[in-house]
Amino acid sequence: MLLEVTDLLKRFGGLKAVDGVSFAVDRGEILGLIGPNGSGKSTVMNLIMGVLKPDSGSILLDSREIGGRSPNRIAGHGVSMVFQHSRPLHQQTVLQNLYLALLPNRLFNFRLSPDIDSRAHDALKLVGLEHFAGRKPSELPFAGLRRLELAKSLVRKPSLLLLDEPFAGLSASEMEEFSDLIRQLRSDERAIILVDHNVKGVRALVDRIVAMSSGQKIADDLPDHVLASPRVREVYLGRGDEAVFRRPHSPAPDAPSALKVEHVSVRYGEAIALDDVSLSVPRGEVTAVVGLNGAGKTSLFNAICGIVPASGTVEYEGRTPRARRAYEIARSGVVLCPETRELFTDMTVQENLGIGGNALAAAEKRRQTEFVESLFPRLAERRKQFARTLSGGEQQQLAIARALMMKPSILLIDEPTLGLAPIIFDAISNVIETLRESGELSLFLAEQNLTFALRHADLIHVMEHGKIKWSGPAGEFDAGSALIA
Amino acid sequence: MTVPRSDRSDTGPWPYIVAAIVVCLLAAVPFLGVNAYLLSILTLGLFFAVFAMCWDLLFGYAGEPNFGATFLIGTGAYTAALLSSNGLASPAVCIVAGAIAAVVAGVLLALPALRLRGPYFGLVTLVATLILRQVIILFSDYTGGEIGIAVPDIITISSTLNFYIALGAAVLTALVLRLLVNSPFGLVLEAIGQDPLNARVLGFEITKYKVSAFCVSAFFSGLAGALMVFYLGTASTNVFVDASVGVQVIIAAIVGGRRTIVGPAIGGVFLIAAAQYLHPLGSLSEMGVAVVALVILLFLPGGLLGATRLFRKAR
Ligand SMILES: Nc1ncnc2c1ncn2[C@@H]1O[C@H](COP(=O)(O)OP(=O)(O)OP(=O)(O)O)[C@@H](O)[C@H]1O
Ligand SMILES: [Mg+2]
Repeated sequence: MLLEVTDLLKRFGGLKAVDGVSFAVDRGEILGLIGPNGSGKSTVMNLIMGVLKPDSGSILLDSREIGGRSPNRIAGHGVSMVFQHSRPLHQQTVLQNLYLALLPNRLFNFRLSPDIDSRAHDALKLVGLEHFAGRKPSELPFAGLRRLELAKSLVRKPSLLLLDEPFAGLSASEMEEFSDLIRQLRSDERAIILVDHNVKGVRALVDRIVAMSSGQKIADDLPDHVLASPRVREVYLGRGDEAVFRRPHSPAPDAPSALKVEHVSVRYGEAIALDDVSLSVPRGEVTAVVGLNGAGKTSLFNAICGIVPASGTVEYEGRTPRARRAYEIARSGVVLCPETRELFTDMTVQENLGIGGNALAAAEKRRQTEFVESLFPRLAERRKQFARTLSGGEQQQLAIARALMMKPSILLIDEPTLGLAPIIFDAISNVIETLRESGELSLFLAEQNLTFALRHADLIHVMEHGKIKWSGPAGEFDAGSALIA
Repeated sequence: MTVPRSDRSDTGPWPYIVAAIVVCLLAAVPFLGVNAYLLSILTLGLFFAVFAMCWDLLFGYAGEPNFGATFLIGTGAYTAALLSSNGLASPAVCIVAGAIAAVVAGVLLALPALRLRGPYFGLVTLVATLILRQVIILFSDYTGGEIGIAVPDIITISSTLNFYIALGAAVLTALVLRLLVNSPFGLVLEAIGQDPLNARVLGFEITKYKVSAFCVSAFFSGLAGALMVFYLGTASTNVFVDASVGVQVIIAAIVGGRRTIVGPAIGGVFLIAAAQYLHPLGSLSEMGVAVVALVILLFLPGGLLGATRLFRKAR
């Protein structure tokens, strides 16, 4: 066995984030690690990488104990990790980011060897970024950043590669491409551990799945067996993709608009991100804009909320402000929950919610807090925890909850399902249904996840290359579905 | 995916050509018939440039705010001054000893302090300066206390030669630091400054790199401190071991443009020159310098050097 984990335990205060987990991975194997949000998957990965120190238990790599060693030593033993969030060096070029991954841990190193240069270029070619070598990471498309992180890991020729949610935020086709890349990395010398909430993607890629729940291992078997297990269904998969509960409902064509976007364009320098977009969001309904990464969904939301300068007009509940100022728009009840979450990471869950409800009177604030906590019970359990230490999916829940605290009349959520376990989809589905029934709120979602969008939206806009390609009731979407890969 | 136009993000050989021309012009200054006063200002400015560059290596690259620049400078200066005033060594030896002493003191400070992150590291360096100052005052029998020590030796009385010594120190520091930050070592250092956890996961032992950067910074700070003692003829706490001087070093570096090495050098000369030219204003002069610095900080976030970049873009 390449890696043997035995009785691993990690406590955060009173919480046992990893509670007696044992599993093993051999060379040549790809292991999937799944489980609900906050079940301890990232924590296990961090323990193996040495980012966290285990409280007890052992981690053997090639029969050598590495538990509790520093990350740089563990990296030296051939372990490499791609984090849940991309973290490139922003002031360096893509190529320099790769150099960094290749440099030895040696002080007296003042010249770059040609070998490093050629290996870096090879790796960029392998992940398809060769044309971006001289660019800054911020100029890369979203999926490009992922590729960069993967390249940084694979140039190190690790014997154990840890991938934390490599598919999050990728479109179906991008995920396919990325899976192919990971498949290419499979070798007899290497084991890969993959954490992701895209069950389809994980199932297609891995040889075996370990499932976790509340810090404990609940299954360890072939993918089909694990995914069929009642326990895993109950805690993780939920009702699943198969369940269809789209309400046959199409908004009346003359329904009043909560948002009316007319001829809006956004340019970043020479690049046109949004090209003369016109659409409307009917009041009290759920509208979704779907499209690939880079189609312009985030730019659209940022333009609506006054975060980026845009030409054209936007009408908010019938009013058209002359200058679109971000804070005024937010005050008037149009609230954005951005893709990047933008939580106050050094504040607690409770404080984050409090800031969201800042403008509310005390009693109302209490009521609204109770409401969002009932929607997301995990947040109620973690009031005093710093946002920074929440798991990826817990942070996403907090971001949506904080936006709801502002009592929006129009809520825009960019990628609501990012990093969420399938079972939380159900919870978010319920939230959306609850909000829809209350009728007070118009929801506008930007989604990568077509199934999710179709399930909830009354009205769908399909976006491609900064333009609206198709608009119509969700029930008629099949016609538009050909447009989106 | 769109294919970018070019692979190169740097600006080619121009910065080096410009730098070479500037150095040549500076080297020609004594022959341009400038008066001794201007030359002395430039000399001081060049020493200050070294301090600012050393600070930039730590903050601009390794991401560590050093509020105790004068701890390193002062150690170098006082070591040289004490050795010389006690007749223990020739100026050359004193200067080398000053630089080495600064490195030793720097390591002793950095090893415990670098465990702390961000502002806490900065506070420790600040406290170190205050302690050094108190020690000097406490042992005034040896150190001259607040009055300072006069050094009997000098390197040369020629203001031209002194100017060249300062210029040499500044050019040497700039060269070494630029080479360092452009090397793989510099890349790792920046990675550590931007995201230490990521750097560790990529296999780098970050303390090793940070302490090394601290040593380099200390070496040139100490060297310039010691040289400046022989130029001024005295070592006093108000010049060499003073938190407010440390703050001026920081302002110089940021006004010049941090994370460039060259920018802080410009900032150092600029700050000293501005202070001298505003001197006739009396107590208003400090105010004047502060206002100029503030304007630059507010309106030119990239500092003076960053402004040239804006200018290039605009064309
Ligand atoms: N430093 C910390 N202090 C307190 N609690 C923490 C800390 N780090 C993690 N936790 C908690 O430990 C639990 C496990 O977190 P972990 O990040 O491993 O979850 P995960 O399985 O990766 O979830 P996700 O799928 O949402 O990414 C979470 O409930 C999280 O809030
Ligand atoms: Mg996680």
